[in-house]
Amino acid sequence: MTEVAEEQLNEELGDVTIDEDQYLSFELDEEYYCVDILRVQEILGYTDITRVPNTPRFLSGVLNLRGAIVPVVDLRSRFSLDEVEYDKTTVIVVLAVKTMHSEKTVGIVVDAVSDVLNVSKNDIRTVPETGAKVETEFLTGLVSNGSHMVMIMDIDNLLNPEKFMELL
Amino acid sequence: MGINLEQFHQVFFEEALEGLDSMESSMLAMEEGCDDSEEINAVFRVIHSIKGGAGTFGFAHIADFTHVVETLLDQVRSGEREITKEIIALLLKTVDCVREMVETSQSGGDADPDLGKDIIERLNQILNKSTSSEAKESLKQESAEAEFAGIGWQISFVPHKQMLQTGNDPVRMFQALSELGEISTSVDITELPNLHSLQPEESYLKWKITIKSGCREESIREIFEWVEDECDLEIKPLNNEEQQEQSEIQEAENKELVRVERRNDPENDRRKDDDRRKTNYGRRKSDSAGGTSSIRVGTDKIDELINMVGELVITQSMLGVLGDGFDMSKLEDLQDGLTELERHTRQLQESIMRIRMVPINFVFSRFPRMVHDLSEKLGKKIDLRISGETTELDKTVVEQIGDPLTHLVRNSVDHGIEMPEERSASGKPEMGEVHLNAYHKGGSIIIEISDDGAGLNCEKIRNKAISAGIISENDELSEERIHELIFHPGFSTADVVSDISGRGVGMDVVRKNIVRLGGNIEIKSKQGHGSIFRISLPLTLAILDGQIISVGKEKYIVPIASIIESIQVKPDMVNKVSGKGEVFELRGEYLPIVRMHEFFEVEEGYIDELEKGILVVVEGDGRKCGLFVDLLLGQQQIVIKSLETNFVRIQGLSGATIFGDGSVALILDIPGMVRQATERHIEAV
Repeated sequence: MTEVAEEQLNEELGDVTIDEDQYLSFELDEEYYCVDILRVQEILGYTDITRVPNTPRFLSGVLNLRGAIVPVVDLRSRFSLDEVEYDKTTVIVVLAVKTMHSEKTVGIVVDAVSDVLNVSKNDIRTVPETGAKVETEFLTGLVSNGSHMVMIMDIDNLLNPEKFMELL
Repeated sequence: MGINLEQFHQVFFEEALEGLDSMESSMLAMEEGCDDSEEINAVFRVIHSIKGGAGTFGFAHIADFTHVVETLLDQVRSGEREITKEIIALLLKTVDCVREMVETSQSGGDADPDLGKDIIERLNQILNKSTSSEAKESLKQESAEAEFAGIGWQISFVPHKQMLQTGNDPVRMFQALSELGEISTSVDITELPNLHSLQPEESYLKWKITIKSGCREESIREIFEWVEDECDLEIKPLNNEEQQEQSEIQEAENKELVRVERRNDPENDRRKDDDRRKTNYGRRKSDSAGGTSSIRVGTDKIDELINMVGELVITQSMLGVLGDGFDMSKLEDLQDGLTELERHTRQLQESIMRIRMVPINFVFSRFPRMVHDLSEKLGKKIDLRISGETTELDKTVVEQIGDPLTHLVRNSVDHGIEMPEERSASGKPEMGEVHLNAYHKGGSIIIEISDDGAGLNCEKIRNKAISAGIISENDELSEERIHELIFHPGFSTADVVSDISGRGVGMDVVRKNIVRLGGNIEIKSKQGHGSIFRISLPLTLAILDGQIISVGKEKYIVPIASIIESIQVKPDMVNKVSGKGEVFELRGEYLPIVRMHEFFEVEEGYIDELEKGILVVVEGDGRKCGLFVDLLLGQQQIVIKSLETNFVRIQGLSGATIFGDGSVALILDIPGMVRQATERHIEAV
């Protein structure tokens, strides 16, 4: 592509610039978190999950995702928040998690999904040391969405099965 | 014509490699003194067909090379040359060389022109040495020549009528004869018909030829070789009745020989079939670029599948018809139909699984050569015995067990078997023995590698482990535990690091590979008497028969193959051992009890009293224990799904499966649980 053509294309694309990403935000105990939307494989209503023995408590169990066995982490339980009844907004967000050698599919149980955010890289701020219910080591940044703050979750760090099994 | 020969290349390569494998095993059999003409014939056929194929597909270097080999083999086959150790060793090298050539061509590489040059040279050297029979022949010839010098032969040559039609011209034969010596011919024309009834394409003449020459009878016969079947040929030495008789006898003998050989033919073919079957699953290309591996499947298996699919289609259409306008009166038909469907599906599944099953010979076949080469290199005398090579197991398992097995066999040869002097000094026969055995046991395949060598040296292993910091000086270990140490990463006892084994990466990798296949390895060794490495592997990786059990609200699956029996215990069978261990007595054996609800931390709804639940007696790794569960539910064939794909390995579980209703159930890792239970039990005692 020539430089001229590239410029033209950029103009056509208008305000969608390359350094803007989309995030899926969700609710967890009245706080908002989000994950890179390209990592989201699907969103399921809460279904029956088979408990797996000898695993940490926050691992709800495994579910059958079209023949694949997928572990599901209850984020409330993971961060020692109050347990609540699963209701009709409770969903399982299925995510692709990158580990050292491979990519794994892991589900998370959240209170509700809220919306899709367009976030420019410049708008991402660093996380202050305290303030969120989720430990800061699992957050990569935060953005403001009008009235409230949304924290970007580091799912590769948080949901790596080998890592969280060490918490047993 | 637009035939693209390349499409056949792959077939040629595979057949060539298979052929080479069988040639290799034949050569080794011959070396062991199995002087069987069948073996030689088989080897000859292999080389011959490789040569033919290579020529057809334009691999000139392979064709040229194999041609020389073929010449040598032909002499051996016809008994002209005796097979010696030297020739066998050379032929083994030849196998390697041809294999390399084929593999290079297969991966699309350019042929290395120097490859095999030295072998060709040596082959030619051997070929140039006169053959044994030639030597005898020439001796005989000399005496014969002395006798008949300047005398020659009387030939009576009566062509059959149609000989000319096959394009053979007597004039040319006479010309060739005249090159051998002075000839005089007389022709008998009595058969010649009148001109009007003469067929120009038929032959009516009979010749008598006298040749004055010191040449051999064979040379004359050679000239008439092409018309042998189309004429009556008699060759007599001039003025020597006795010699004539002898040649007649010899001729009769020759005929006899031919007949004998013919009679052997059916057997020959059968054997060939056997060979094929044996090597059916021969070496697959592994490292060459591109291409998928293929598997040869017997047509009977395919036919069976087609039959079954046919049945399945019929059942399906039957159910379809039933579905149109179904009412309750047809309920019984529906149930019958479903039963039928279930049966066909299961049969279909079984047959498909059988396609994946290959004999372990696929792996075993590489060892005779390896042991042969190693023992020569090390100067040891080793007899490799192989049994159970037809035991079948899953193709994936067979492919992946190769390297661990190679390592173990190498270890047995290198570390296990002692040098001949050492052996005779300790009162053992000089010839050491390595035994490879495979057999079924329950739902597993057992592969044993045993040797009657030195066995594991506990003291040495212990010291080594202490110096490597694996154990501390004060650790009191049982013999078994010490043996286990060799599986520790970075452990090697070889005093001298040889290029055969002992690079320090070893047994730990072996164990890892085996465990990854869902198998296990154990050692039995007695110092001075030898050691046995026993590998147990699952029959197949994908599907198993499972017993569903329930504990509280949870359901788990126990592989049926590991269940010995299920019993309800009576209070007097159970003993509490100090600490927390419980054991029960079963026919004189005390077995630990594993309470599933404790082991898996089930929260509620489980049965606590032993008498009310069920004890499933399971066996894993040769040890038994009783699993205490609430209930036995149904039995079912289950498809094993890996937990590790998206998760990690969980203690006590070997995988998961999906039930008909879509829910996930977990499969118990019985060997792991039994190991844990017995260890805990031992600690408690």
